[in-house]
Amino acid sequence: MMNSLLGALESGLLYALMALGVYITFRILDFPDLTVDGSFTTGGAIAAVMITGGSSPWLATIAAMIGGMVAGAVTGLLHTKGKINGLLSGILMMIALYSVNMRIMGKPNVGLLGETTVFNSISPLLLMPFIVVIVKLLLDLFLRTELGLALRATGDNQRMIRSFGTHTDNTIILGLSLSNGLVALSGALIAQQSGFADISSGIGMIVIGLASVIIGEAIFGARTVFFATLAAVLGSIVYRIVVALALRIEWLEQTDLKLITAVIVVIALVLPSARRSWKQKNVAKKRSMEISAMTDSKQVGGGL
Amino acid sequence: MLQLSHVSKLFHPGSPDEKIALIDVNLHLRPGDFVTVIGSNGAGKSTLMNMISGVIKPDTGEIRIDGHEISHLPEYRRSRWIGRVFQDPMAGTAPHMTIEENLAMAYSRGKSRGFNIGVTSKRRAMFREELGRLGIGLEGRLKAKVGTLSGGERQALSLLMATFTEPQILLLDEHTAALDPARAELVTRLTQNIVSELKLTTLMVTHNMEQAIRLGNRLIMMDGGRVILDVDEDTKRHLTMESLIGEFERISGHKLSDDRVVLGS
Repeated sequence: MMNSLLGALESGLLYALMALGVYITFRILDFPDLTVDGSFTTGGAIAAVMITGGSSPWLATIAAMIGGMVAGAVTGLLHTKGKINGLLSGILMMIALYSVNMRIMGKPNVGLLGETTVFNSISPLLLMPFIVVIVKLLLDLFLRTELGLALRATGDNQRMIRSFGTHTDNTIILGLSLSNGLVALSGALIAQQSGFADISSGIGMIVIGLASVIIGEAIFGARTVFFATLAAVLGSIVYRIVVALALRIEWLEQTDLKLITAVIVVIALVLPSARRSWKQKNVAKKRSMEISAMTDSKQVGGGL
Repeated sequence: MLQLSHVSKLFHPGSPDEKIALIDVNLHLRPGDFVTVIGSNGAGKSTLMNMISGVIKPDTGEIRIDGHEISHLPEYRRSRWIGRVFQDPMAGTAPHMTIEENLAMAYSRGKSRGFNIGVTSKRRAMFREELGRLGIGLEGRLKAKVGTLSGGERQALSLLMATFTEPQILLLDEHTAALDPARAELVTRLTQNIVSELKLTTLMVTHNMEQAIRLGNRLIMMDGGRVILDVDEDTKRHLTMESLIGEFERISGHKLSDDRVVLGS
């Protein structure tokens, strides 16, 4: 039990970087980006091939991140310059990346056993907290810069930020690039932790990312950017714990994982909005009763 | 300051839905001019605003600001010179961001945005002072999300955001139309104060005749994509609602038809 919880914490931290990437597109840019399924694998592929080729694991990890950034930028170009629907741009890139990833790896699976990885001298459980905290804080800081504010406004009110001189095509491309860079970074670290890169490792990644972001927001709230990114990180860990617990149920199989994930996302999406509309209905009922009681006793005037 | 020469724009050209939005519009605003624009539905008022701000490009003609020929520039590059307040109070601000963050974005209007922190303590003090001048208590709510403000408060904030960096041209697109009378009056008063204090060259579209006559030093009337009447400073002083409506019907040959035109507030 303790072991599986520690394992969940470890993968939660590894996938947290991916969740932060999904947070940028899904929440900040309001852009459902399916590139993630491809760029996650791209990250693992680049890292695995470079490491087996003798490169330093850190260099390989950084190269993987850059690979993801390029993939995200292409999705952004398809959407902004090619005027292709956002969802479709991501799907096109996801499909294209499958072939690209295959070209990078040369075969469906590249093993890393016996190779030097970033986790050789230090265990993921010790290293990952530092990486995640640093990435989270850097992201928070970036989102407070003038460029970061423009990026957030692009997702919040494009018309407004354009009227203040921001070319929103550029901020969309920037956001997608940054997001997929983080996703690929996560993919590269996962490959090194698990000892292999696999062509199908990215399948369903976007849903896992969404699950992390939404679960995190539901449990920890997202009042400010600081708390929203914290929620994505913690949501990723909670998700892994939920999965670990679910897998302990005897009649569930490993392959049921994707179904469980989908169900978690559905619950996390439906619950908050159902709760909100229920609350709102109650408030409305109460207020209209108050107001009608007031008008009974005296006329109400319209104030500011 | 702002010069439109022979500007025309067709919508859906060559199709059965072809519509003349603007035809051979000539308009010249001198520095400090405050021009109100009225006209019936589909007269081209909104097209004129979108044309100047760069949302749409003219088919023919040229637009100059301060001598720069800008008709080929996209909206985001024209914002160097132009501050704009939209009709919809939701349009001019980012609802999920705080008041100070919105002001920080407006503060860098038209400049390139880099890795400097948007809201510094120095800027925050300046924002607080600017907000205080609105006199509606926003200076104490710098960290409030803009989405929690009322429509009037948001429009007052939009007005401040569009003006406190002193743009060469201020465009007001029926910016009080979506507000209730009391809030509309507040925003109108703020507009008057800010424009006269900063001596901003302003073009204001309104469907409120009384407002169009009361505000500004010039008034233009549009119909069918043309400027049909340009009232100068001296004439405008003696303008009445009746004479204006009479003049419109005499020139255009039909009744002033705008289901939203209100004669006064």
